[in-house]
Amino acid sequence: MSAADHGADEVKVRRAVAEWLEAHWDPECGLIEWRNKLIDSGWGVPHWPQAWFGRDLPSGLTTAIDEEFDRIGAVGVARIGIRMLAAATLLEHGSDAQKSQFLRRILTGEDTWCQLFSEPGSGSDLAGATTRADFDGEKWIVNGQKVWTTSAHHADWALLLARTDWDAPKHQGLSYFVIDMTQAGIDVQPLRQMNGHASFNQVFFTDASIPAEHLIAKVGDGWKIAMTTLAHERRGADALRRWGRASDRPGRIYDEERAEIATVMEPYKWYAQRAGRVDLVLPRARETGRINDPVARQEIAKLLMLSQVSQWTAQRARTAQEQGKPQGPEGSLGKLASSHVARAASNVHTLIAGADAMLCDNDGPLDGIIAEILLSVPATSIAGGTDEIQRNIIAERVLGLPKEPRMDTGPFRDVPRNPTR
Amino acid sequence: MHFSFTEEQSQFRDAIRRFLRDKAPISEARRLMETGSGCDPEVWREACEDLGLAGIHIPERYGGLGAGYVELCIALEEMGRSLFCAPFFSSSVLAASAILNSASEKYKQELLPEIASGRCIATLAVVEEHGSWDDPDIRLTARKDRDNYRLDGTKNYVTDGALADTVIVVGRSPAADNAEGLSLYLVLGDSTGLTRRPLNVVDPTRKQAELQFSNVQATLIGTLGSGSTSLSHTIDQAAVALANEMVGGCQILLDSAVEYAKLRMQFGRVIGSFQAVKHKCADMLVDLEHAKSAAYYAAAAVAENDPDLAAVAALAKATVSDAYMRIAADCIQIHGGIGFTWDNDTHLWFKRAKSSEVLLGSPSHYRERYMQFVEAGL
Ligand SMILES: Cc1cc2nc3c(=O)[nH]c(=O)nc-3n(C[C@H](O)[C@H](O)[C@H](O)COP(=O)(O)OP(=O)(O)OC[C@H]3O[C@@H](n4cnc5c(N)ncnc54)[C@H](O)[C@@H]3O)c2cc1C
Repeated sequence: MSAADHGADEVKVRRAVAEWLEAHWDPECGLIEWRNKLIDSGWGVPHWPQAWFGRDLPSGLTTAIDEEFDRIGAVGVARIGIRMLAAATLLEHGSDAQKSQFLRRILTGEDTWCQLFSEPGSGSDLAGATTRADFDGEKWIVNGQKVWTTSAHHADWALLLARTDWDAPKHQGLSYFVIDMTQAGIDVQPLRQMNGHASFNQVFFTDASIPAEHLIAKVGDGWKIAMTTLAHERRGADALRRWGRASDRPGRIYDEERAEIATVMEPYKWYAQRAGRVDLVLPRARETGRINDPVARQEIAKLLMLSQVSQWTAQRARTAQEQGKPQGPEGSLGKLASSHVARAASNVHTLIAGADAMLCDNDGPLDGIIAEILLSVPATSIAGGTDEIQRNIIAERVLGLPKEPRMDTGPFRDVPRNPTR
Repeated sequence: MHFSFTEEQSQFRDAIRRFLRDKAPISEARRLMETGSGCDPEVWREACEDLGLAGIHIPERYGGLGAGYVELCIALEEMGRSLFCAPFFSSSVLAASAILNSASEKYKQELLPEIASGRCIATLAVVEEHGSWDDPDIRLTARKDRDNYRLDGTKNYVTDGALADTVIVVGRSPAADNAEGLSLYLVLGDSTGLTRRPLNVVDPTRKQAELQFSNVQATLIGTLGSGSTSLSHTIDQAAVALANEMVGGCQILLDSAVEYAKLRMQFGRVIGSFQAVKHKCADMLVDLEHAKSAAYYAAAAVAENDPDLAAVAALAKATVSDAYMRIAADCIQIHGGIGFTWDNDTHLWFKRAKSSEVLLGSPSHYRERYMQFVEAGL
């Protein structure tokens, strides 16, 4: 597609979405009712397939469509958090029955989701999961423990990676399920984080159950499907800064959206800070007068350039994909790049704050937001796969460097692993 | 377009890459860097005749190919990759852009076709002993003398300064102490009173000279006093060009590091399987991709007359210079002892990276410049 074609499409799409919004948008409509309308119109998730609430539009046009929503102040479908990973995974690997059961309520926001991947014994080495699912002839029975599970305390449903075969090599013995989080066999205990928030949890399973029809794809496909979920998570990393901001406009639908952000979206309220808040750097430098310090100016310029260039790099990767290059491990490159931006931003905020960087909450700069940045950024290089893991992926899958010698081949039963507590 | 190349642009790149692979392998760079001129006139003539190389972005009415700045930058990336030893950057980028931006129609018609054909090698002389690219630091004087001008002063770090047939000199009217006093003058390389001293340079694949002007006859080629704005525009464009040239070097160094890491064995395994090496390569790739993003975006910004060009150029020059130096240093590191030898080619690009880092202004200079645009509400 040439630049000119893309431009023409964008104009057409903007016009179409603006017309539809003008005819239908009503701030006094109920939030769920409005989102159902959006879903039926295809404008809620226009880059999704036509068969599933979308319009098959290239994802490159979504920014333009979002801008049309913002212009009129229209609320979109629920798009924040793990729900989008669930949707992407179901779209790619789910059966039609699973898609029709789950997708709509993901988008209306009626259902909240979490991702049960990491365990106390296996984080980076996700394929080492020891939470087990055993089939009793009728349903799957789950026992074990997950950890760092964001949003589990609000979740209705979860994506679960569990071991179904202990004799197969470790990557082949995993299966992928959707599990009902509201059942008695699941115990969720929040974990407090270094930034004071408690958005992730420990999750314990004691004979929790999963109906047979909630297995995704086939037994043993778990690893392959988990890769889809992770690829989406990594690709989304550069969009984190958009998460979880409430509008202050009057109207019923905004009231309901504010209530949603305060409850089920609450775990994500510090996510903008974890990306480093580059947007706050200039205002803060001006306010504090540090803008006149030549050393600070160098560091600020480095950060702003890095942040700008990272966006262009992400844009180049998206453009290459739209032109037919298959989606690959470049999500890892973007994720690593956003860690660099977040860490640089945290350092610059410290430089600007000076001694005030020691203070938090209402004594700290910006009512504690700066302290929250400094204490949230370390999550960026861990969550969704650490920086080291991203470097392994880039080196092995993009540059073709050889893998490490393996210590974990053969039946999983015999692979050395952490003691279970 | 800012984020991808067209099919034609990719073909253009392939044509240049093929030419350079055949005519300018790295062994040629090694040969030419030991010569005074640093250029093979025969290969230069061929490049100009077969590919129209010297006139890529010069409009057709002045004898050039009339292609855009993006194409110019594609060619530069390929030259940076092969360390093509030729006066391209001096003549087609610096001098031709200065003429396009500031010369009167008469001089465009007179000078550009000669540059576009490659018959005339030109260069631009801006900086003086202090090495600063800022206008106020330019002291060389241009005194009116009947129909002509007389130049007195010194220019330093003039790329291909000893080789050039024609030198475009930035000079100041004696009375004017401010930016308005700057103009562009044309001087012939063999003029009386002009002493050219080739400099001993860190990067011998790009020659430089010091030029001393003592009552040298010169011709004003634009409007008197209009040199300042057009000069900073020319330097912004050149910074973008240089950034794209540097990207070519970044790519070949990463390729060479990765290739070596896949071959070299230690402790019973190839060194590319050690994470310390593997992770360095991954970081080099992130740097390379960012460098490309910055350089390509900036090339498109020149082509499209982006009003924010000065800021984008500053971003590109600073970002790519830093990336090139890091990649060059890491490439040597990954090669170990062999990387520090004269026989290994890595140092040739390392030297180009070092000299490009400060040519046209250092990364910190460009970061400060960028901040000024940011503050003004970029
Ligand atoms: C804020 C936050 C939210 C999260 N949300 C979720 C969630 O919703 N669901 C979920 O399932 N998980 C979640 N996680 C967990 C996250 O994915 C893991 O913490 C992460 O993958 C690292 O695993 P680990 O904690 O077990 O560390 P480990 O894997 O034990 O890593 C420890 C250190 O060893 C390094 N290391 C490990 N293996 C290698 C290797 N092969 N090469 C080089 N270095 C290596 C790591 O990089 C790290 O520095 C979340 C984490 C955070 C911080």
